[in-house]
Amino acid sequence: MDRLHYFVILTTFVMSTAVGLTAIFFFILYRRRSETQTTPHIEPAPLLEAAFVIIPLAFFLLWWVMGYRTAIGLATPPADAMDIYVQGKKWMWKFAYPGGPNSVNVLRVPSGRPVRLLMTSRDVIHSFYVPEFRVKQDVLPGRYSQVWFQAVEPGRFQILCAEYCGAGHSIMRGEVIVLKAEEYEDWVSAQHRGLATKQDGPPTALDFAPPLGNLVDQGRRLAQEQGCVKCHSVDGSQHIGPTWLDLYGRRERLSDGRIVNVDEGYITESMMDPFAKIVDGFKPVMPSFANKLAGPEVAAIVEYIKSLQSDAVRTGPSEGPAYAPVRGR
Amino acid sequence: MRQSEEDREKLGAPPAHDSYLTDGTTVMSWLNTRDHKRVGVMFLAAVVFFLFLGGVFALAIRMKLLYPGPFLFDALTYNRLFTLHGVTMIFLFMIPAIPSAFGNFVLPLMIGARDVAFPRLNLASFYVYLAGAVLAIWAMVHGGADTGWTFYTPYSTTTPTMLFPLLLGVFVLGFSSIMTGINFIVTVHTLRAPGVGWMRLPLFVWSIYATSIIQVLATPVLGLTVLLVALERVLQFGIFDPARGGDPVLFQHFFWFYSHPAVYIMVLPGMAVISECVATFSRKNPFGYKAIAFSSLGIAFVGFFTWGHHLFVAGQSVFDNGVFGVLSMFVGIFTAVKVFNWVGTMYRGAISFKTPFAYICGFLFFLVFGGMTGVALATVALDVHWHDTYFVVAHFHFIMVGAVIMAFLAALHYWFPKMFGRTYHEGWGLVAASLIILGFNATFIPQFLLGNNGMPRRYYQYPEHFQALNVASTAGATLLGFGFVIIFIYLLIALRWGPRCEQNPWRSKGFEWLTESPPPTHNFDRIPHITQDPHDYRTHAPSGVYADV
Amino acid sequence: MSEAAALPPGEHPARGADPHLAHHFSSLERQVDASRLGMWLFLCTEVLLFAGLFTGYAVYRYSFPIAFAASARTSEIWAGTLNTVVLITSSLTVALAIHFVRTGRQRAAVVCLLITLAFALTFLGIKAIEYTAHFHEHQLPGRYYRFEGVRLPGASMYWALYFLMTGLHGLHVLIGMSVLGVIAWRTSRGYYTPHYYVGIELAGLYWHLVDLIWIFLFPLLYLI
Repeated sequence: MDRLHYFVILTTFVMSTAVGLTAIFFFILYRRRSETQTTPHIEPAPLLEAAFVIIPLAFFLLWWVMGYRTAIGLATPPADAMDIYVQGKKWMWKFAYPGGPNSVNVLRVPSGRPVRLLMTSRDVIHSFYVPEFRVKQDVLPGRYSQVWFQAVEPGRFQILCAEYCGAGHSIMRGEVIVLKAEEYEDWVSAQHRGLATKQDGPPTALDFAPPLGNLVDQGRRLAQEQGCVKCHSVDGSQHIGPTWLDLYGRRERLSDGRIVNVDEGYITESMMDPFAKIVDGFKPVMPSFANKLAGPEVAAIVEYIKSLQSDAVRTGPSEGPAYAPVRGR
Repeated sequence: MRQSEEDREKLGAPPAHDSYLTDGTTVMSWLNTRDHKRVGVMFLAAVVFFLFLGGVFALAIRMKLLYPGPFLFDALTYNRLFTLHGVTMIFLFMIPAIPSAFGNFVLPLMIGARDVAFPRLNLASFYVYLAGAVLAIWAMVHGGADTGWTFYTPYSTTTPTMLFPLLLGVFVLGFSSIMTGINFIVTVHTLRAPGVGWMRLPLFVWSIYATSIIQVLATPVLGLTVLLVALERVLQFGIFDPARGGDPVLFQHFFWFYSHPAVYIMVLPGMAVISECVATFSRKNPFGYKAIAFSSLGIAFVGFFTWGHHLFVAGQSVFDNGVFGVLSMFVGIFTAVKVFNWVGTMYRGAISFKTPFAYICGFLFFLVFGGMTGVALATVALDVHWHDTYFVVAHFHFIMVGAVIMAFLAALHYWFPKMFGRTYHEGWGLVAASLIILGFNATFIPQFLLGNNGMPRRYYQYPEHFQALNVASTAGATLLGFGFVIIFIYLLIALRWGPRCEQNPWRSKGFEWLTESPPPTHNFDRIPHITQDPHDYRTHAPSGVYADV
Repeated sequence: MSEAAALPPGEHPARGADPHLAHHFSSLERQVDASRLGMWLFLCTEVLLFAGLFTGYAVYRYSFPIAFAASARTSEIWAGTLNTVVLITSSLTVALAIHFVRTGRQRAAVVCLLITLAFALTFLGIKAIEYTAHFHEHQLPGRYYRFEGVRLPGASMYWALYFLMTGLHGLHVLIGMSVLGVIAWRTSRGYYTPHYYVGIELAGLYWHLVDLIWIFLFPLLYLI
C-alpha cells in the first residue's frame, strides 16, 4: 500500500510540474511580439484529443486497480483474526476482550496476529484511526463496523478520532500497545486472575493518592469509564467543564447571574439535566447521564467529587498527571 | 462616479451616452435595478465582503494552530470558527462568486443579449441571497454552530448550538442558487444574438451553462436535507436517529449528493474564466474548443455519480467503494482534457504576461496538483489512510482556494476594465499575484505533509510532533492574507482614481468586448450579428457587425 | 414567471407596442418560450426535492418492510382514494381553463379556475380530517408514536415519512392555490388573451405537477 502511495504521489508531482513547465516553455517561445499580432487558427487532431483522454485514463485505471485490490484486502479480515470489541463515546475509546478484561483508551494486542475490531458508538459518529497501521473506519451509533490489522512488531501507536465529534474531538485519543505474543498471554491471564484491578486510562493525581474508601474508589473508576474526567479536571486546572477539585461546597455563579450552592442535589441535577444550571463562563455541551447511570453509581460519583478537596489531593506523593494534555500557554 | 463634461474631455474618452454606472445614481436606482450588470456588481460587493469574513475566520484558526495545546481561545470557539469558515466560504462566497457576480455581468454580453431572460428573478435572487446571508450571520452572532459545514448527523441533531438559523440560511441560499441557475439556462437557450450558434458560444458560457444545470438539479436535494435535519432538531422525527431506526449514514448520502456536485458548481465557473483568459492572453483560438465545451457538460453529468467517495470509510460496501472510485476518476479525465487543451491554446500563440495570466499559471499548477491528489484520494485503499486528515483539507483547498480563487482573481482583473472602465496598477497586480501564489503554496503544501503523517482534520489540539508543519502553514496563510489586502487596496484606488481605459484594453476578441467599457444600460444599441467564432485571432476585423433587429 | 415589464420610454420605438413584450426579447414567441423553459426547469427542481423523500422512503421500506406494510394498512384508504379522484378532476378543470382562455371564453375560464380552487380546498379538508384521526390515534412520527395497533420497530418511521411527504405536498397545494387565485383574478380582469396566455399555462403546469406527485404518494403511502 505504501508503494502504491509513493507511485501515486510521484506521478502527481511529475504531471503538475510538467504542465507548469510546458506553460512556461510556451510563454518563452511564443511571447507577444506586437500588440496587434495575429495568430494561426489551430485545431487539434482527433488523435491528439484521444491521447489526452487515453493517457490519463490509463494511469488512473492503473491506480484504481492497484488501490482496489488493496482495499479488498483491507476490508476482508482473515478467518483466524482475534476479535476485540470497541465502543466509542464522547470522548473516549473502550475496549472489551471476549471473555476477558476491559480497558479504556489503551488497546493491548499481540504482535504477528491479525486482530479484528468490532466497533460501535454510543452517541455520535467517531472514526477509529491508527496512522501507523494505515487503518481507519467510522464508528457509528446503532450499527457495528469492523476493521482489522496485524501489528508486525511490538511498540506503542497512537489512536486518533478522525470524525469530528464535538468539543473533545481532538483529545479523543488512545494508544495501541503491541506486545510480544507471550507477553500478551501473560497480561491476559493476569487480568483473568484478577491480579491487576487497576483500570487503564490516563492516570490522574488521584491514582497516586492514598485510598479514600470504597465508594470513592468506585466513583473514581466510574468517572474515568464514563469519560467525566475528559472535561472535568480533578487537579484544579480549567477545562471544558468546571474542575471537580474543591467543587463540593463551593458557591458557583450561574450564567443567568444566580448563585448556587454546590451540594449533592446540584451535582446530581447537573448529571441528569446538564443544561438546567450552567456555571458562568462554561458552554452547555455536557451530555445528559439520565438513564445511563444507576442510582448507586451516581452516589459513588458524588462521593468521589466530595472527596476531591485540595487537602486530600495534596497529601499524595506525586504531583501532576502523567498523561495530561499538553498546554501551550 | 458622475464626471463633469469638462473631465470627460480631459480624459479623452467621452462616452456617447450614460454607461450602466451613471444611468441613475441614487441608492434606489441600484437596489431596485433590473439590470444584470448592476445585480452582478452588487453580488461582487457582497461576495468580496464574505471572502474577507471567511478569510478572517481562516486566519484565526491558523493562529490557534501555532501551538499544539490550548491557545488563544477554547475548543468550542475553535469548532465554531471552522464551521463558520466553511459555511461562509462555501455557501456565501464560493457558490455565488463567479456565476452570480461575473456570470451575471458578462454572460448576457457574451451572447449579445440585452439582459438575462428574467431580470426580476435575477434581482430577487440577490435579495434571497442577502436574506440567507442575514440568517447565517444572525446565527454566527448568536453563538454560531459547531458541527462543521457538513452538518453530520447525529452530532448536528444533538449539539446545543445555534444550528437552526444556520440551516435555514443555507436552505434560503439554495433558492438563490436555483434562481440564478434557471435564469442562465433560459438565457442561453433563448437570448443568443443572431450568429451565435451553440458551437459559437464562448467557452465561459458553456461552463456556466453546465454549472447552472448542476445548480438546478442538485440544490433541491440539499434544501430537503437541511430541512430534515432542522425538523429532526425541532420535532425529533427520528429520520436520522439510530435509536428510532433511522440511519445517520443516509444523511451523508443525501448531503454529498448535493455537496459533491456543489464542488463543480464552484470549480466549473473557475474553468470558465480560465478558458476565456487563456485565449485572450495567448491571442489564440481555443485549442480543442469542442473538447473543452463538452468536458464541462461531462463533469456536470459524471459529478452526480461520485458522491460515494466521501463515504469510503463510513461503512459503505467494498463494491460501492470501487464503483464510486472509478466514476470519480472520470471527472479527472474530463479535467485533464481541459488542462491539456488550455496548455495547447498557448501553443504558437502570442502570450503577454499580464496579471490575469499570472493567475492562469497558478490555476493550472493548483488544478493539476489538486486534481491529481483528488484522483489519488479516489483510489480506495489510499483514501483509507488519508480520509478526514489534513491531506483531504489540503486537497480541496488546492481546488477551492488554489484553483477557484485564482480564477476569481483572474476574472476580477480581466473584467475590471469592462465593469468599471478603469485600469489598475499592473506592477502591484503582479506583486500581489506572486505573493498569493507563494503564500498559498506555503500554506497548503505543509498540510499535505501533515495529513500524510496522520493529523486528522478539525483538531483543536494536536500531537506535538506536528507543530513545525503547522507553524509553516500559518506563516504561509499570513502571506496569503497580505496578498489579498494589497489587491483590495489597489483595486479600490483604481475604482476611484484609476486611469480611464479604452473599450477593449486587452484587444480581446471575446464577444463581451464588442460593446463599450463600461457598457451602456441596455448593453447594445443595436444587437450585433456575430460573424466569427469567439477568439478568432486570424484577423483584426471585429467579430460582429451591427444589424437592426 | 412572465416578464411583462413595460417598454422603457424612448427605447426602440420601432418595435411593436405589445404591452407584454419585455425590452430584451426580440419577439413575444421567444419570450413565451423562455417562460415555458424556465417553468419546466423549476418543475425539475421540485421533482428533485421530492426525489430525496422518495429515496428516504425506499431506504426505510427496505429496512422495515413489515412495519411499513402494517402501518399503511391502518391509514385511511377511503380518504386517500377520494383525494386522488379530487385532485385528478381538478387537473382536468385547470386544463379546461387553459382551453377556454385560448378560445377567448374568459368567463368560463374563471369559473373553471374557481372550481379548481374548490377542489383544492376539498383536498385539504379531507387531509385535515385524516390528520386529526392520526393525531387522536397517536399515529405520529418519532418519539410521539404511541399507536397500539402496530407496535413494530420502524412504524414510527412510516409516520415520519407520511407526515413529511404529505406535509410537503400539502404545502405545494397551498402554494398552487395562491398561484391559481392570482391567475383567476387576472383572468377576470382580462389580462390573458387568446394570443397571450402563458401565465395561466404555467400555473396549470405547476398544478399538474402537484397532482402527479400525489399520484406517486397515494400508492406508496396507502396501498402497498
